[in-house]
Amino acid sequence: MRPSAVRLLNILVPIKRAVDYAVKIRVNPEQTGIDLNVKHSMNPFDEIAVEEAVRIRERLKDAVKSIKVVTIGPPKSAETLRTALAMESAPAPEPLGVAKTLKALIERQKEGVDVVILGKQAIDDDAGQTGQMLAGLMGWSQATFASKVEVDPEQKVANITREIDGGLEELRCKFPVIITTDLRQVHLFNLGLFQEPRYASLPNIMKAKKKPVEKLTAVELGVDLTPRLETIKVTEPPKRVGGGKVANVDELLAKLKEAGVTGKRA
Amino acid sequence: MLKARVFSAKQAASPHALVFLEHRQGDLDSASLSALTAASQLGGQVTGLVVGSPEEVPSVVEKAKKLNGLTTLLHCASPQYTTILPETVSPLLEKLLSQNSPFTHVVSAHSSSAKSILPRVAAKLDVPAVSDITSLEHDAASGSTTFTRLIYAGNAISTVRASSSIPIKFFTVRSTAFAAAGAGDAAESEVKALDSVEVSDPPTEHISTSLTKSDRPDLGVAGRVVSGGRALKNAETFQSTLYPLADALGAAVGASRAAVDAGYADNSLQVGQTGKHLAGMKDSKLIVAVNKDPDAPIFQVADVGLVADLFEVVPELVEKLKQ
Repeated sequence: MRPSAVRLLNILVPIKRAVDYAVKIRVNPEQTGIDLNVKHSMNPFDEIAVEEAVRIRERLKDAVKSIKVVTIGPPKSAETLRTALAMESAPAPEPLGVAKTLKALIERQKEGVDVVILGKQAIDDDAGQTGQMLAGLMGWSQATFASKVEVDPEQKVANITREIDGGLEELRCKFPVIITTDLRQVHLFNLGLFQEPRYASLPNIMKAKKKPVEKLTAVELGVDLTPRLETIKVTEPPKRVGGGKVANVDELLAKLKEAGVTGKRA
Repeated sequence: MLKARVFSAKQAASPHALVFLEHRQGDLDSASLSALTAASQLGGQVTGLVVGSPEEVPSVVEKAKKLNGLTTLLHCASPQYTTILPETVSPLLEKLLSQNSPFTHVVSAHSSSAKSILPRVAAKLDVPAVSDITSLEHDAASGSTTFTRLIYAGNAISTVRASSSIPIKFFTVRSTAFAAAGAGDAAESEVKALDSVEVSDPPTEHISTSLTKSDRPDLGVAGRVVSGGRALKNAETFQSTLYPLADALGAAVGASRAAVDAGYADNSLQVGQTGKHLAGMKDSKLIVAVNKDPDAPIFQVADVGLVADLFEVVPELVEKLKQ
């Protein structure tokens, strides 16, 4: 007889509202940033993080006590979030500021936090730092670029497969642990092994509207979100112009030779 | 001593970079050699750091001490560093960078290992980090460093300045933007051993590593890349068509997101934002496109385009390259 599962695990998923990945971005005329008057959605890596948290709950059922989602950014960020915590600041802070805010939020959680799952990077700033910074500030174990996560709530460990340059690495991380998600999951979704990040159904969207959203400010949390790095300008990358077409392989080879590209044994 | 420090704070200390030199099987990673080049461009002293197991470190040090651009080489060996884990390596870096640290910059490749470690250490020291830079300029008078880096998947270039208020500037380097530092001409650097900082009962344990075996160059640093998309039909034709061409050119193999999603190629081969290097292809010196569709968007950026069936053209290309 198995004893009934104890509610053990508290999961926190920080997410970011970013310009939708399909939007062709434009640098603004002042060169201070990009035109943000475009479609925004949840950072795709964070969707995977949310999906992973939900899947952990599906596998472990009652062992998961809570999943809380948090976003830190301008008031509109709350749209990205239909559950749990929203924190207002404008504009979106730097990774170190976000990590400090998350630390302050974790310290407010009476029941503690066992697992934090984040996307490996946001597709706007492409920094890829927040998870590691949070792990450093907390002194917790970290598993970046995770493509497979197995949580054992009783042993309080997570076995994680991570993407490294040239292959894969498996780690065993003690709780509390910070995990950042890679895209391998998506690859597996498409092979039918996992489900794709799911769309919220209308009933769930209605239910989500009733879930509590706690709004906090940087002042309430005692964190300073002043940027430390100064963005001097944002510019368009140089445009490439096509060099025209060739008629056959020989002409192509001639062009390659001209550019200094020859066969390995040539 | 105290006087000197006050003076240096006013004058802005001349830059002194600490470069985290990564290695695998006794060889320095070429991405780390690009990081060393970037560090040299700061215009000050450059110290290298080699961390690893007692078996690996001596042979890596032999090679690293000959690198051009290094003034000092620090090394630290411990069985605990056999696998580089952020939880065990960070305390060593923190110790090195606190208490009267001479270092003004911490530099590494934008590798999976270094990008796991550097932000962790930076946060502990309460300084920001700059990821995947493509150029840099240090102003010795003000002690500020200006970096460029790509944002929004390479669709915009951001220029950011880290002022002297950031005492230690952390940054990772896009290897394709800097040539790899060479070895040989310069005087050997001064070599110093460091005591390891052992972590008792580390929260993370390494279980296993499995590397994809390949004789081809690594996608992130390769001089040439042969990349395939959905038109390759399946995993078998992807390999049988592209691999001979890659081998004939001494090139790495890449894959589009579509080819990866369809299972033709491993995720590690993906070129583009979510894969190996952000929009890396657009920075290439020469883009060659083969596509059946004369209106394919790739022809708008390709330097050389050929409208043809790749299954006919690629084998012909391989044959003629071998001649």
